[in-house]
Amino acid sequence: MIPRKYFTLPDPARDHIQGAIDGPIALLEYGDYECPFCAEVQPVVDAVIERMGDSLCFGFRHFPMASAHPHAEHAAEAAEAAGAQGKFWEMHEVLFQNQHALADEYLAEYAAALGLDTQRFIDEVLSEIYADRIREDFRSGVRGGVNGTPCFFINGQRYDGARALEPLLAALTQDALAI
Amino acid sequence: MYSKSRRSALPSGTEAPDFILRSTPDQWLTLSEFRGQPLVLAFYPADWSPVCGDQMTLYNEMLKEFHDLGAELIGISVDGAWCHAAFARDRKLHFPLLADFEPKGDVARRYGVYRDKDGVSERALFVIDGDGKVFWSYVSPIGVNPGADGILSALEGLQSKNAKVAAGTK
Repeated sequence: MIPRKYFTLPDPARDHIQGAIDGPIALLEYGDYECPFCAEVQPVVDAVIERMGDSLCFGFRHFPMASAHPHAEHAAEAAEAAGAQGKFWEMHEVLFQNQHALADEYLAEYAAALGLDTQRFIDEVLSEIYADRIREDFRSGVRGGVNGTPCFFINGQRYDGARALEPLLAALTQDALAI
Repeated sequence: MYSKSRRSALPSGTEAPDFILRSTPDQWLTLSEFRGQPLVLAFYPADWSPVCGDQMTLYNEMLKEFHDLGAELIGISVDGAWCHAAFARDRKLHFPLLADFEPKGDVARRYGVYRDKDGVSERALFVIDGDGKVFWSYVSPIGVNPGADGILSALEGLQSKNAKVAAGTK
């Protein structure tokens, strides 16, 4: 169980983090690899991470809407399975870039292209060994106030503004000024 | 005094008005069927809002959490039973959607959450206890999906209240 304090903040003890783990500004995204809005915002998130460098601690948690998105659960498993082999973020990018092709056979192809131990990857995805972790992400999101995907939290506060670079950067840096 | 009356959602402690509504084109559901267990009533304006931010789709994913707290979930809107059937099939919803269709919005009115001007209900949440009383209610701004955190907290609150009552009667 994720501690309540971390429902809306990246938890360095368990989350996948980009940027600086001790960065003064925390951005947490709850996303679903099969959600079109999440794929759409992905380049914006990448640009934010690049622009903000070490002042940002970015964390991503899974929020698969599994009944609406039949491939979302296995896609999240795939990201975790890649993560177990040190390639979470690489798989994360590939999944969003190939959102139209998330069936299991494609996931295996992506794993091979990333140079992963494909057999281990396939075994892990098919046996859903990260299901508990993914559910933990989902539950913490629900308790933190996630009401759809993608959902962003800046320093623990839900960001309901436009999902574009300028407004997101403005919200992040405005918050930095307030610290 | 202003003559214009403002409707507001039935507050905690009120008797939840009973109703009978279509859950499918040939089935009906009554509130009193749920006596003895907590029930989440989620009024929402309309079927077919975009998937990723859709309240009913989110609650569908949360069913296990609601069931773990002993509760059942029902969605209600003014859409007709055939519309609900198509929507539930499309979104693979595993809980009933009730049609507050004829007289239109009658149940929403009785719960104080009908928007006369728009002809739809508010985005309003009620947790009804096992005795048929409103335990918790909440009206969200109509454009904002309220998520599920409030419901889960209310169900947990109800559970601990029932545990206290049970302990007190021993």
